[in-house]
Amino acid sequence: MLARWPMSVDLTTVKKIASLARLAVSEDEAEALVPELNGILHWVEQLGEVDVTGVEPMTAVIPNTLRLREDAVTDGNVRDKVLANAPQAEHGFFAVPKVIE
Amino acid sequence: MSSYRIQGATGEWEVVIGLEVHAQVVSQAKLFSGAATAFGAEPNTQVSLVDAAMPGMLPVPNRECIRQAVRTGLAINAQINKWSRFDRKNYFYADLPQGYQISQLYHPLVGEGELVIEADEKAGIAADKAIGIERIHVEQDAGKLMHDQHPTRSYVDLNRSGVALMEIVSRPDMRSPAEAGAYLRKLRAILRYVGSCDGNMEEGSMRADVNVSVRKPGDEFGTRTETKNVNSVRFVMQAIEYEAQRQVDVIEGGGRIVQETRLFNPDTGTTRSMRSKEDAHDYRYFPDPDLLPLVLEDSFIEDCLHSLPELPDAKRKRYVEGLGLSDYNARVLTAEAETARWFEALLAEGARIQKKSEGEVAKASANWLLSELYGALNRLGKTLEDSPVNPERGAELLALVADGTISGSIAKQVFEIMLESGDAPAKIVEDKGLKQTTDTGAIEAAVAKILSDNADKVEQYKGGKDALFGFFVGQTMKAMQGKANPQIVNELLKKALG
Amino acid sequence: MTNLTDLTVAEIRDGFRAGDFSAREVAQAFNANVAAAKALNAFIVDTPEHALAAADQADKDRAAGTLKPLSGVPIGMKDLFCTTGVQTTAASHMLEGFKPTYESTVSQKLWDAGAGMLGKLNLDQFAMGSSNETSYFGNVISPWRRNDGGNAPLAPGGSSGGSSAAIAARLCPAATGTDTGGSIRQPAAFTGISGIKPTYGRCSRWGIIAFASSLDQAGPMARTVTDCAILLESMAGFDPKDSTSLDRPVPQWEAGLSADLRGKKVGIPKEYRVDGLDADVARVWDDGIAWLKDAGAEIVEVSLPHSKYALPAYYIIAPAEASSNLARYDGVRYGLRDLPDGANLQDMYAATRAAGFGPEVKRRIIIGTYVLSAGFYDAYYTQAQKVRALIAQDFAKAFEACDVILAPTAPSAAFGLGENVDDPLKMYLNDVFAVPASLAGLPAMSVPGGLSKDGLPLGLQIIGPAFDEQAVLNAGLAIEQRAAFTARPEEWW
Ligand SMILES: [Mg+2]
Ligand SMILES: [Zn+2]
Repeated sequence: MLARWPMSVDLTTVKKIASLARLAVSEDEAEALVPELNGILHWVEQLGEVDVTGVEPMTAVIPNTLRLREDAVTDGNVRDKVLANAPQAEHGFFAVPKVIE
Repeated sequence: MSSYRIQGATGEWEVVIGLEVHAQVVSQAKLFSGAATAFGAEPNTQVSLVDAAMPGMLPVPNRECIRQAVRTGLAINAQINKWSRFDRKNYFYADLPQGYQISQLYHPLVGEGELVIEADEKAGIAADKAIGIERIHVEQDAGKLMHDQHPTRSYVDLNRSGVALMEIVSRPDMRSPAEAGAYLRKLRAILRYVGSCDGNMEEGSMRADVNVSVRKPGDEFGTRTETKNVNSVRFVMQAIEYEAQRQVDVIEGGGRIVQETRLFNPDTGTTRSMRSKEDAHDYRYFPDPDLLPLVLEDSFIEDCLHSLPELPDAKRKRYVEGLGLSDYNARVLTAEAETARWFEALLAEGARIQKKSEGEVAKASANWLLSELYGALNRLGKTLEDSPVNPERGAELLALVADGTISGSIAKQVFEIMLESGDAPAKIVEDKGLKQTTDTGAIEAAVAKILSDNADKVEQYKGGKDALFGFFVGQTMKAMQGKANPQIVNELLKKALG
Repeated sequence: MTNLTDLTVAEIRDGFRAGDFSAREVAQAFNANVAAAKALNAFIVDTPEHALAAADQADKDRAAGTLKPLSGVPIGMKDLFCTTGVQTTAASHMLEGFKPTYESTVSQKLWDAGAGMLGKLNLDQFAMGSSNETSYFGNVISPWRRNDGGNAPLAPGGSSGGSSAAIAARLCPAATGTDTGGSIRQPAAFTGISGIKPTYGRCSRWGIIAFASSLDQAGPMARTVTDCAILLESMAGFDPKDSTSLDRPVPQWEAGLSADLRGKKVGIPKEYRVDGLDADVARVWDDGIAWLKDAGAEIVEVSLPHSKYALPAYYIIAPAEASSNLARYDGVRYGLRDLPDGANLQDMYAATRAAGFGPEVKRRIIIGTYVLSAGFYDAYYTQAQKVRALIAQDFAKAFEACDVILAPTAPSAAFGLGENVDDPLKMYLNDVFAVPASLAGLPAMSVPGGLSKDGLPLGLQIIGPAFDEQAVLNAGLAIEQRAAFTARPEEWW
């Protein structure tokens, strides 16, 4: 069965996606992205031609399964390293603008 | 049969409840990193570079977390999926360093199972009821945001970031706050029996997302809301009550319920819409490409199965059928893993020192534990875990009663002394001279004195007032300071009274 | 005395061991070349002191008789590998000033083997690009120029363009690269050097800034096949910190090198002979076939029927993974923070990411976000992963009939900087021959095959079955010996 492809993206969609990705875009940038994205999406949509009946999506590039590690404390206690590159660290915490939940 | 209904202006409403319980897995280290999981550490000290999502860091899963989730699944008779996989749930929040939570959407570790809540007349649960469990998946916990330490900033502590959680997702099978409460308590008991979660709701190791909708009985499911992170059984029940009523009010007021995330306020018992999660609905789940499929060997699952303790339902059945306990006592004794453990230690020691079967000592042990010991602990504000009397001492005390060394009433005195001094009951009996006397001469003398002092009552007794026999027994025991063997007292009194 | 910077890794290693020169002399010579080649913009950070310290240690070790495999060899490090205390940026403004407190597994293995670091090499931002024009720190200029007398600046390829340019210009004898969809092979081809992407999982990804996790793979770039084998031996190996790392012993690839291909079969994928294939590329491919035949191999035609779908599948899978991998750059724990007045947390994220990421990175994040978003996931991502499975099956089938596959590395020689920047699709097509092996996780390398009529290098690509880097290296060696590629860019910088 061929995949069904969505219609082209419009400006509203581009803005919605940018917001979902937490990328501030100007009106101009968003407008420029519309044809660009449509070009790329239209191009990738040729994948819909491929008959994938009975094909499982790839789950491991090199067939293999997950290794499990032993339950032991081997890490942590490195607060200085964890905070070393922080734009704002106070009292052993990362600081961010106040969040209202 | 009384089912829970909300009386609205337009008639009766039924409430439909599903719970997603996040239970912290008992493990030394985190799900995907070697940092510790202990509660209460200094901020950001139990954080590895992996937990802080530094560039280039990669997750490696902890076997114990997988094992505990499988054991939990087996404990609710669930299907264990030998092939499962981790997915990423993508959203942006300051407590989520990776920008995604590693979870399981498409192929969870544990599939369909169920849990039975018991009939409870008082709570309006008419009969035992099976609550479906859709799945258990394993995922990372988020960090913690602190809002009240700075006027314009929130602080981020990643100590919890990456701690393993089991998300236990029920079917929308519950129909009243009481059923939800019973489900949570039962689930908590099972987790503690299994040892996969400590069930400590105050420390956040168990919390529930409460899905509530309302409908007219027989109608389709209504739109549900999800109240996040409710952290006690009572609060869950409150949240359901409030939310169900709110939904009825909205609908009857001509409004519509929007599917949304809500926050519970424990101070007011109310819920409110959660601003911060407004646009978080598109999580863009996809398989985590840093991790491979998790494939379990049969032997792994078998080991998990064999490691399970006897679970509450099986235990309760055995207490009733094998030990001859009442259904009520069996239920109370098995409700918490700790109680059952204590009881079984008491039983084992009692049977050993009395050279009897456990069945023969079960009733006396259960009665003593549930009345004497619980009464004392309540009075002292203590729990079984910090009980001043341990099961061995308790068994010794019961053995002294059973072999006639002391009477039941003396046992109460001895127990009081044990609670204070912690001494062995035999020593207390010895030191205080509380040993029951079987000296027939002394008892005969006491009987003779009582009967002569109460000649009038003897007359009445002989005239047919049989109830006075108890009075003579009581007087004799009193004269003997409680230490006379009651059987001998009975015999001698009967003889003396002709 | 020979010019030390003209020596290969093997020659430096052996000459140093033989006492022909000191490690310090080598390091100084390369440090000087690095310092003199600013015009190429190949390095984001120079670390001459690191190279000298490693050299001094090597000189001591030589005196003490405790030599290590790469003692005396300085290399360049792609700035995608986290290096303790040395700024690591992925060529992005987002990570400008970021100094990791940890060392990537691969770079640590190289230092443990005795190598020194000349500097952190420029690249396409977050390894997204095929021309090194997306770096926040400016384009890398290829040392090569066309023979047309013009001085048009050319692309060194990407994303490992700093690595390729630096090696071709003799700023370092070898460097690390990473390959997600051709990022080692295509720049190697553009600059007339060699580079190998090993089997997915051979080199640990721990400490390498992620682009697309299921595709990213580190590998060496150098001027000879032997050098690639030497470097790869030190870079590869099981790492328990990477769940996708291969738990297999590292073969002795250098010792196993043999250009004798008698009894081997070389597959020529018919689908790669696309209409309008560049004439120079076709000619060099034919040369390659002839050389392998000359080395004793039997040439067979193979079919990789889903090849044409590899690139579109890649441009779903790689951006999808990237959109998620790059979510961690949010201005909270490290890197850039842009906090406009009165901004809340989510505003801060959006502003930070808008300011920190370059246009190509944003484009891919948006594509990736879109293809994973509600309602589109199956149509795009699941379909792409199914096609990917078919592509891997194509290779598996082909390798029943042959030992290695020979194909062009890229559809053209290096293009001019700025030529393709306005058309992302045209740029993406550069990786048309490289991407299939990436999707299938197979070892693949590029070796120089000859020059275009403009006098620019063209690469030949050898693809092998999983785990058989040796077969790839051996075929590469056979080509190297026969191609006798001695061309080098004239020094203009
Ligand atoms: Mg949930
Ligand atoms: Zn969850």
